[in-house]
Amino acid sequence: MRDTASGHRWEGSEQFYRGAILALGLALGLAGCRTRASKEDGKPAAPARSAALAGARVAGQPPAQQDDGQWLMPAKDYASTRYSALAQINTANVAQLKPAWTFSTGNVRGHEGAPLVVGSTMYVVTPFPNILYALDLTQPGAPLKWKYEPPVLPAAQGVACCDVVNRGAAYDDGKIYYNTLDGQTVAVDAAAGGEVWRTMVADINKGESITMAPLVVKGKVLVGNSGGEFGVRGWLTALDSGSGRIAWRAYSTGPDKDVLIGPRFKPFYPQDRGKDLGVSTWPPDAWKIGGGTMWGWISYDPELNLIYHGTANPGPWNPDIRPGDNKWTAGIFARDPDTGEARWFYQWSPHDLYDYDGINENVLLDLELQGQHGQRRKVLVRPERNGYVYVLDRVTGEVLSANPFVHVTSSRGVDLKTGRLIEAPDKKTGFGHIVRDVCPAAPGAKDWQPSAFSPRTGLLYMPHNNLCMDEEGVEANYIAGTPFVGANVRMYAGPGGNRGAFTAWDPAAGRAVWSVPEPFPAWSGALVTAGDVVFYGTMEGWFKALDAHTGKELWKFKTGSGIIGQPITYKGPDGKQYVAIFSGVGGWSGAIVAAGLDPRDGTAALGFVNAMKDLPQKTTPGGMLYVFALP
Amino acid sequence: MSSRCRRALLALAILALLAGACARPAPPRAARELRVCADPNNLPFSNRRLEGFENRLAEIVARDLGASVRYTWWAQRRGFFRNTLKAGVCDVVLGVPASLQMVAPTRPYYRSTYVFVYRRDRGFKIRSFNDPALKRLRIGVQIVGNDYANTPPVHALAARGIVDNVTGYTVYGDYARPNPPARILDAVASGEIDVAVVWGPLAGYFAPREPVALALVPVAPQIDLPFLPFVYDIAVGVRRGDERLRGEIDAVLERRRGEIDALLDRYGVPRPTPAGSPGAA
Repeated sequence: MRDTASGHRWEGSEQFYRGAILALGLALGLAGCRTRASKEDGKPAAPARSAALAGARVAGQPPAQQDDGQWLMPAKDYASTRYSALAQINTANVAQLKPAWTFSTGNVRGHEGAPLVVGSTMYVVTPFPNILYALDLTQPGAPLKWKYEPPVLPAAQGVACCDVVNRGAAYDDGKIYYNTLDGQTVAVDAAAGGEVWRTMVADINKGESITMAPLVVKGKVLVGNSGGEFGVRGWLTALDSGSGRIAWRAYSTGPDKDVLIGPRFKPFYPQDRGKDLGVSTWPPDAWKIGGGTMWGWISYDPELNLIYHGTANPGPWNPDIRPGDNKWTAGIFARDPDTGEARWFYQWSPHDLYDYDGINENVLLDLELQGQHGQRRKVLVRPERNGYVYVLDRVTGEVLSANPFVHVTSSRGVDLKTGRLIEAPDKKTGFGHIVRDVCPAAPGAKDWQPSAFSPRTGLLYMPHNNLCMDEEGVEANYIAGTPFVGANVRMYAGPGGNRGAFTAWDPAAGRAVWSVPEPFPAWSGALVTAGDVVFYGTMEGWFKALDAHTGKELWKFKTGSGIIGQPITYKGPDGKQYVAIFSGVGGWSGAIVAAGLDPRDGTAALGFVNAMKDLPQKTTPGGMLYVFALP
Repeated sequence: MSSRCRRALLALAILALLAGACARPAPPRAARELRVCADPNNLPFSNRRLEGFENRLAEIVARDLGASVRYTWWAQRRGFFRNTLKAGVCDVVLGVPASLQMVAPTRPYYRSTYVFVYRRDRGFKIRSFNDPALKRLRIGVQIVGNDYANTPPVHALAARGIVDNVTGYTVYGDYARPNPPARILDAVASGEIDVAVVWGPLAGYFAPREPVALALVPVAPQIDLPFLPFVYDIAVGVRRGDERLRGEIDAVLERRRGEIDALLDRYGVPRPTPAGSPGAA
């Protein structure tokens, strides 16, 4: 299956390049290309301006050696590299890493967030009820400076689909911005902790909640909603960072005017062109509750002035009652951040059958093709839930390559001529019949857990899943007093028996360089540094450091609970480099521990519990921030 | 009044005893509580003003057991059982499908069915999913969510190729409004849709409250092929392993059979004749 898919891909790519643009085959060109990250070393006053230097650099230059040591947004920079140029901690000394201090959040739900470091203060946001803590890094043990407690409606807990996580905050222009589970965006004075503004942007009564971390671009706070399971209509919205007023909102379904599609919209593929496709690719009115939420990651290219964001899966209908491509769900938009106007769109999974939310991170790189007289392309690398690492031209939305990074049965590759995912008819789900061995399972080959890219190694470091699923039979259920039957979804480990892996991927060559199997899904984020050390955490609670070149384990520390947070690194006021990570199991995969689900009920947490039955024997809940340093 | 003052003043240790002694003249076992998990905004089943038939049933069961009712309110959505019954904050859910695996169900105390709902003045005679009229009328269905789960009418219509003329009304609805799942009945009355397929107790309670006369017709077949039931047995649910409480409630349901049937009649809960018996569609 995998080989077949691979054959399709290369054949398609060569034809496309011969026929359309390049004289040389893509296989040859991509295999020999070098990569570098769009570099950004944000200063607190103006991350946008410093990022503006990014795309202008000549390809092939060595990466920047300086790093101001701060961490201002969860992905570190607008290119979403999670790369730090700090190198005090390196492959030679990382084995001596020791805990420097810890901080308990007093919260036992899933901790998916990333700490921020601005100047000499660290900021952390807890899961619901979404308390913001400011910690003083100038004092021993980083004591609490202040905390901010927004009024969050407890009812939001009943609305959130998959634990009550929060993926972090963002800093810009003296303020900390983040979202609350009940649908508010807040701006807090980073110095004093006072609330600057608070805006209700989502409606929990309609099933909307917010778990994502905002991105601040040119004075706009970008926020998207969660809640596809509840029949909500997905959107991305921009709030004015000074006032909290909503500047624009772009829906993922419906007429062009709602999606902010206008004359500047130039999708690469013909299937994405036409009037009001967000209506016509659905049965009548189904788009009104069609999903396509935006609870994942946003990147920004200052030179092109484009933001990039995915859209989640279509809902809440079964696939067989929403015939059509269900645009603009399970895809990616490039938009103008000033107006929200769509510039291009590409659909990862047209008419998604498997709950493959398309909201993963978009890593912006400049890729140089060797032998092309220095020609390089501005690309977007996307490890996608459907099992492929895509390399897109981020100017046009063209798919340059799409290679599987796990065992994939739910599709047969990506046709590079048409850009379309090739369906696997034998894995088509539908009511009343059994489908087995669907890989990847619903959480995808990779869920939200963000990867990191090192310009030094040219590799993308991906924490990911290795899960397949069966859909069998039907089971009675009961929501709001209404009985219904649902498919019994059971997930289990894919080939190899490991449910997760941490993989170093060469996006230019389209292949894995090394991969470390993990017994559980690798549900944390990744971090890579100029010390050529890559960090991630496991669901049993190990925080690990690997050699970025070889994948060799150099150090590990057992934290108090399973890790699903995002590691960061920073330079403290004492000039030392630190590494920080949340411990605190939960999230969709860890709900069996954080929410106390019954391991006998394999279909709980949408079938994930079956794959996670032994997790409660490996870890217990409890939110704690760990900060490490060399002695 | 005096009892309230004293409650406020006295130590926690004797609160239970005092409540039993002062709240009403009853034997000491009256201090028992029936801890009910319920949705505060979901008639005809339950609401915070205790107007639902499950609220009434709670009173019947509690009275029989010599207990008082205490509620834990939680919207009945995904996570309802996890955050209520399984979290141990309450012990009983008064309506669950008897085949629900998340709880230990009692013996069923009623059986209901999905029904076709349409305005009487339209003159329809729709009784079955096989009625060709369904291919051209505007049909409303209740929908649940993605992830392969939906209400049985959604599957039955899709299996017959009836898709384009179907409108979905989420059972979650707008929770800021009273009884969110009831919107689908309003849509039939207003003419927004011609026919709705609705879970019986919801239709039975709200149809008479609409400004126009609505017909409620149990759907046929009762079980669509390959295995798609439209008729469900509803029981009381307790935590798995709580055999003692389950046994007690089973006994109450048995003893109060007549009272409970009368309650269901009062709320208009459609209860179909068993499959295969005369009158079954």
